[in-house]
Amino acid sequence: MLSRWIDHAVHLVLLVCVVITLLTTVVVVALLGKESFLFFQQVPLWEFLFGTRWEPLLEPKSFGVLPLVVGTLKIVIGSIAIALPLGLLIATYLSEFASGRMRSAIKPVLEILAGIPTVVYGYFALTFVTPLIRTLFPDTQIFNAASAAIVVGIMILPMISSLCDDAFQALPNSLREGAYALGATQYEVAVQVILPSAAARVGAAVILALSRAIGETMAVTLAAGATPQMSLGFLESIQTMTAYIVQVSLGDIPADGIEYLTCYAVGLLLFVMTLIMNIIGNHFITKTHKLHS
Amino acid sequence: MKRTQRKRKERLFLWLCRGATFLAVGILFILLFHVVREGIQWLDLQFLDNFPSRKPERAGIKSALVGSVWLIGLTALISIPLSIASAIYLEEYAPRNKWMRILEINLANLAAMPSILYGLLGLAIFVRYFDLDRSLWSGALTLSLLVLPVIVIAAKGAIRSVPNSIREGAYALGARRWQVVFFQVLPGALPGIMTGVILALSRAMGETAPLIMVGALSYIAFLPEGPSDPFTALPVQIFNWAARPQEDFHGLAAGGIIVLLILLLTLNAGAVFIRHKLQRYK
Repeated sequence: MLSRWIDHAVHLVLLVCVVITLLTTVVVVALLGKESFLFFQQVPLWEFLFGTRWEPLLEPKSFGVLPLVVGTLKIVIGSIAIALPLGLLIATYLSEFASGRMRSAIKPVLEILAGIPTVVYGYFALTFVTPLIRTLFPDTQIFNAASAAIVVGIMILPMISSLCDDAFQALPNSLREGAYALGATQYEVAVQVILPSAAARVGAAVILALSRAIGETMAVTLAAGATPQMSLGFLESIQTMTAYIVQVSLGDIPADGIEYLTCYAVGLLLFVMTLIMNIIGNHFITKTHKLHS
Repeated sequence: MKRTQRKRKERLFLWLCRGATFLAVGILFILLFHVVREGIQWLDLQFLDNFPSRKPERAGIKSALVGSVWLIGLTALISIPLSIASAIYLEEYAPRNKWMRILEINLANLAAMPSILYGLLGLAIFVRYFDLDRSLWSGALTLSLLVLPVIVIAAKGAIRSVPNSIREGAYALGARRWQVVFFQVLPGALPGIMTGVILALSRAMGETAPLIMVGALSYIAFLPEGPSDPFTALPVQIFNWAARPQEDFHGLAAGGIIVLLILLLTLNAGAVFIRHKLQRYK
């Protein structure tokens, strides 16, 4: 009798825990929605989305988010341009060429690289990468997009290489054996057989890495500067969406001012962008996972 | 294409792959070397035992270190029971239907949500709405929300890896569901769960952005005595020093990073040890 009672009680307690865990999502959406709604009562949506001047803290105020989006895109494009080719080469090496011993030596190194806190990467960008860039291009500003993009690239590299490695490893060996039997070289097997077969999951890896780069905060706050602007150069100071939120919260913000609300509007945009990418990325990974197993 | 040409291409590609891999390894070593070279001269007992100061030679990380320990301890207390209970429910009790699949997708998305959004959440909910102010409670609750999905996903995997024959055997002997879960499944899944917990907590230990959002102050010249006290944390202190223009403070930041990395490596080594020594089912 007692045992059955415990069974019900345990069930109930566990259910409550799940509900608490899942409330997070509801609260995030409700909160971002509510505060953004207040913001958009004062600033029209189209002005926010398509305005080209972001000057919310100084008079005359202007709330066009595009400069922050452009800054974020620079980091995203720069980091993926570094991490995708390197990540693919590393994944190919680990999955196709490396001996078992080499593999088990390299993988932990990549895990350590992935586990280093982002503030450390920010420090590295500021005190190592930036001076390096400035000796190559002397007119680079102290805070610049290139330096931050490079370290964000290093940051997402382990993610891309390990997801692609998983994708390659999941392919059946018969694919490789068939190609080798036809006389293909290792290069041809890797690039013309393995890579196209794993394309969906490689794509998913890229999307998840992009989403990670969009949300990256500390490295860009420390290294990329605080100058929201619409420009194309990588050697000048920019500001990303995440860095703006940090900048505002470092000052003491009054809870009822428009400055406080801008954080949530920018946060909502960030949330929507990363959510869409994460859903697409995770969908591809689970879908192809089922296909193979 | 001639065979020799194809062979040459193959060799070149092999070296390219090898080169990329060693570049990644090289970057890690450059990073560590750079940090140690810049920070080692600041690292002494005084550095560990001093409060932050405007004078670099008298500055230390005592309050940051103690703050981080408080923070991770509280986060562990809040997040571990909640997340393990959730994982048990989702794996052992929940019906398998469309809603559960949506829940799984939701969990994956929560785990990948940018940490700064957790900061915004913590600022509005814990700091402002629940009026916890800039206390350890606010920081720990925010970090708990951040690590919850990560631990739940890891724990779910560990629970799933316990073979079904174990459950069936226990049921056949007349055990009830809670007995099966707590006496058979959970002990078998424990090493996997612990690995996930340690990795998640080490992630929490390095998080900076959400703590800045909930107002971890960086100039704290006292130690927190309870969870309602204001605090600072190691990564926040590092950020504060790194953001200053003076060289000396960059050195201090590097010193703080060395301490932080040593703590993280110790935690990770523990996770690897548990994974290798205790794992029963794979």
